[in-house]
Amino acid sequence: MMDWSPIILTAKLALVTTMILLIVSIPLAYWLAYSKSRIKPVIETLVSMPLVLPPTVLGFYLLMTFSPGNAFGSWLQDWFGIRLIFSFSGLVIGSVIYSLPFMVNPIQSGLASLPTSLTEASYVLGKSKIKTLFSVLLPNIKPSLLTGIVLAFAHTVGEFGVVLMIGGNIPEKTKVISIAIYDEVEALNYSNAHTYSLILVIITFIVLLSVYLINGGYLKRFWR
Amino acid sequence: MIEAHIHKTLSTANGKMLLDIQLNIKKGQFVTLYGPSGAGKTSTLRILAGLLSADKGQIVVDDKVWLDSKKKINFSPQQRKIGYVFQDYALFPNMTVRRNLEFALEKGQDRSIIQELITIVELEELQDRKPETLSGGQQQRVALARALVRKPEVLLLDEPLSALDIKMRAKLQDYILKVHRQYGLTTILVSHDVGEIIKMSDEIYCLEAGKISKQGNPSAIFTNDRLSGKFQFTGEVIAIEQEEVVYIVTVLIGNNVVKIIAQESEITDLGIGDKVIVASKAFNPILLKIEK
Repeated sequence: MMDWSPIILTAKLALVTTMILLIVSIPLAYWLAYSKSRIKPVIETLVSMPLVLPPTVLGFYLLMTFSPGNAFGSWLQDWFGIRLIFSFSGLVIGSVIYSLPFMVNPIQSGLASLPTSLTEASYVLGKSKIKTLFSVLLPNIKPSLLTGIVLAFAHTVGEFGVVLMIGGNIPEKTKVISIAIYDEVEALNYSNAHTYSLILVIITFIVLLSVYLINGGYLKRFWR
Repeated sequence: MIEAHIHKTLSTANGKMLLDIQLNIKKGQFVTLYGPSGAGKTSTLRILAGLLSADKGQIVVDDKVWLDSKKKINFSPQQRKIGYVFQDYALFPNMTVRRNLEFALEKGQDRSIIQELITIVELEELQDRKPETLSGGQQQRVALARALVRKPEVLLLDEPLSALDIKMRAKLQDYILKVHRQYGLTTILVSHDVGEIIKMSDEIYCLEAGKISKQGNPSAIFTNDRLSGKFQFTGEVIAIEQEEVVYIVTVLIGNNVVKIIAQESEITDLGIGDKVIVASKAFNPILLKIEK
């Protein structure tokens, strides 16, 4: 009997993570694209670290930080009653950090590729920085936004190490699809593992294909 | 109307250059900044617009202080209320022509200005198109109209016509002059084109390496008043050939190539690429080099 909860949990995690990432990444990418600050290389490095760091390393440090046995973790628990390890909220925080570069980098390079005269023209027309960002800059980097959203979503769906380290394997709370596959294989339930895996392959294929179709302008060409 | 004294150290390809400019422009004047690339023309315009900050100086427009480094006043571009036309037009690609204009409206501003400007620069048929589908000249008309939506008193034009062909240029020069007069604007143009400058400006500032080298009436500056031609054109020398005892100078005037006969004495200081005036009296054409 197939258990659907890992799939639903994964979809929920990926959706929540992507939404938080979008909110966090737009200001961050804006700052990275236009700032001349000296600490910019440091921030850029930190944002990109999850690209090269093994997910287990990230998961390990998150586990250490959020563990109620440590100062920060116990402070969170005592003051807010939040326990981040082995919980869904912990997974979300881990995923946000883990997928951050996949959202920030496309938006940042999208903003950097726009001619500065667009921003200047908007300022000269009396428009504020916020108005310029939302009415001029973001609408003109839609492909970059779409790429960021899809990559962050897909990357969250596929994560394993971070989830295992801070989330563990609690059904309906932290048991996402990649963990479920690992579980089924360990229990020698190859047919279930196969079903989960195939679902992942199909979702990933469809998602990435739609990005290339939209960004490559193929859909427009066929619809006319 | 505009009194500006600007100091700014610019980093250029040939090292640092001090921009030290004093402008005194009367209301309603059409002024051109002229000079070689890298002389500081665009930087001057950008400092006036607030897009580039000056190291020190004052800018006073119509008794309003926009910049005073001593009193720490520095208006942002948003506060200065100017019209600015960029070299690359800078139209917003995500908006239609009409939306580009509407975007410039201030809160509570009467919308009738949009229709008025669309009529003046003849954009009626293009108003629902996106900028990417327009030609360079059409985009430039949109940029010009958009710059005027807020009814600025000062219009700054940064080489707005340099990317256009000669026919389109002439047409756009007429549009610019039309709005300049109709709205009583004080206009500052950056231009390389001598013909354009003589046609349009009341006053010209020649910039060289960050300083004003000459200032005055354009035809006086370019021709030194040495000539009383019956008619005259400005153009660029593209070839000089010797034919028996005379020389044939080929000059590009507008989009026409004209061959002019010249004496040896006339061509001694002429080279290919020089700007010249071709003038004619009753009989012979006269060739005269334009002082830079």
